[in-house]
Amino acid sequence: MSAPVPAPFSGPALEVRDLVKSYAGVTAVHRISFTVAQGEIIGLLGPNGAGKSTTMRILTGYLPASAGSVTVCGVDVASHPAEVKNLIGYMPENNPLPDDMRVSEYLYLRGRLKGLTRRRLHPRFDEVVQLCDLGRVRHRIIGKLSKGYRQRVGIADAILAEPPVIIMDEPTIGLDPHQILAVRDLIAGLRGRMTVLISSHILPEVEVTCDRVIIVNQGRVVATGTPAELRREWLGPGHYELELAGPLEALPSLLSALHPELSLVSAPSEPDAEGFASLRLTAPSAAPDLRESLVNALARDPRFRLRALARARHTLEDVFLAATQNTAA
Amino acid sequence: MRSFRILLGHELRMLLVSPATYIAATLFLVVMGFIFAGILESFASTAQEGSPAATFFQLFWIPVFFMVPLLTMKSLAEERRLGTLETLLTTPVTTTQVVFAKFFAAYALYVSLWGATGGFFYILRHFAGDASRLDAGPLIGGYLFIAVSGALFVALGIFASSVTRNQAVAGILAFVILLLLVIGTRYTATLELLKLDSMVSIRSAVDYVQVFTHLDDFTRGVIDTRQVLFYLSGSTLALLFSIFGVEAKLLHS
Repeated sequence: MSAPVPAPFSGPALEVRDLVKSYAGVTAVHRISFTVAQGEIIGLLGPNGAGKSTTMRILTGYLPASAGSVTVCGVDVASHPAEVKNLIGYMPENNPLPDDMRVSEYLYLRGRLKGLTRRRLHPRFDEVVQLCDLGRVRHRIIGKLSKGYRQRVGIADAILAEPPVIIMDEPTIGLDPHQILAVRDLIAGLRGRMTVLISSHILPEVEVTCDRVIIVNQGRVVATGTPAELRREWLGPGHYELELAGPLEALPSLLSALHPELSLVSAPSEPDAEGFASLRLTAPSAAPDLRESLVNALARDPRFRLRALARARHTLEDVFLAATQNTAA
Repeated sequence: MRSFRILLGHELRMLLVSPATYIAATLFLVVMGFIFAGILESFASTAQEGSPAATFFQLFWIPVFFMVPLLTMKSLAEERRLGTLETLLTTPVTTTQVVFAKFFAAYALYVSLWGATGGFFYILRHFAGDASRLDAGPLIGGYLFIAVSGALFVALGIFASSVTRNQAVAGILAFVILLLLVIGTRYTATLELLKLDSMVSIRSAVDYVQVFTHLDDFTRGVIDTRQVLFYLSGSTLALLFSIFGVEAKLLHS
């Protein structure tokens, strides 16, 4: 039970190939494949019921897969579940904890169950308590802790045995912004030392923390890449937002003079009290940055008055919506 | 084995620090105390057959029906409802170890509660002065019966707890199973249908599982290995089904 990792393993930390899981006729996960390199922090995104939790449970060996293969640090989950459990620190959805134990009792029990010897557990416990900022509540009853502390106890448990892979299902759900920040720092602190797979609904969160994002919808991987790559791939760079006064019907001809494919996305809004309407333009992704030429052209034209011009910054949220909508059909 | 020891230690600890354990223990001892006092009174007023110990163990089913479901209904159902079963089973711990740890913890509590009733006999012996009525034989036989049959009763309670996530359902299910085993078999044995010649094999099977007959034999000092085997194999089977119950729920969750 000691030294669970077969010496330094250089392959991918997680390798999922054609994973299928169906329960009672419903296919929750449909041929999901992805690879996670060691030391990466990966975000698994998807709407509710997309199969995120199911995928994570299969990775931990808690649920058996219907088809496909999963390896953790080169160990096959289906054939060696016991070894895989030594390689993974897992925090399930909603972070279930026994309400009638003290934080220190719980973490000691978990450490012993995960095969840590008493000798290694003592210093590691102090380390984890400090890392997760649990010092003040270490002797409190878990049932009386606030949600933020509970969450940290769950994270402390996941990283306790220093497994090479950490899997956390929605670690920031239900936390306030301060606590989210703290959890984010905690996860960022694991970067490089452990491979981390988290699922989340909170997209800015994932964008800041994760090196790479995997978006799943209806049991399939619909997009994968760094947040920047995804933005380029799904939305293209050319969206401009402007506030403009003047004869808008004359705008299309002016735009096509600038770039043949530059066009209005939708009908402009009603002009406000001062006559300015806000509109949104789109250009193909191959087009260069058109901000400067737009400003120049509109300033030269005496019919138009320009108040604001900005290139639209896409959040991961837009990518997520685009990716999950396009694939839902 | 190491995980099992850790889990068992944890379960016992949680029992010792839980107020529910002490409330249950107090209630159990109060009920048993009243029963014991009642038996002594009836022995004092009229001449009775047998010893007070034999009569006392005759009433074993009263605490079994309410204590065993209370002790076991929480074990697996609660873990599943809270989701802590998931965190537990994603550590290098097997379902078998979890189920066995729950069983042995509940069984240890059950046996020690019964063991505490030994105090009644000690007090009686101390104050009665007349030891002739207090045969050690039925006493040892009775406690042996409690220990052996308790394994099966507790295992059945654990099984009931493994098939549901609702404590109340687990408790009622355990109660019904125990009722069928203890009273149901007794009733079945009196059925006219079983007196037919063609029913001989079924009748012998029903006779074999008569819990009250086992008790009589034990208190008379007859320790039949077939009966011991019945309880041991029965509890093994119930625990096996509990393991299957937990794992089947995982497969279809």
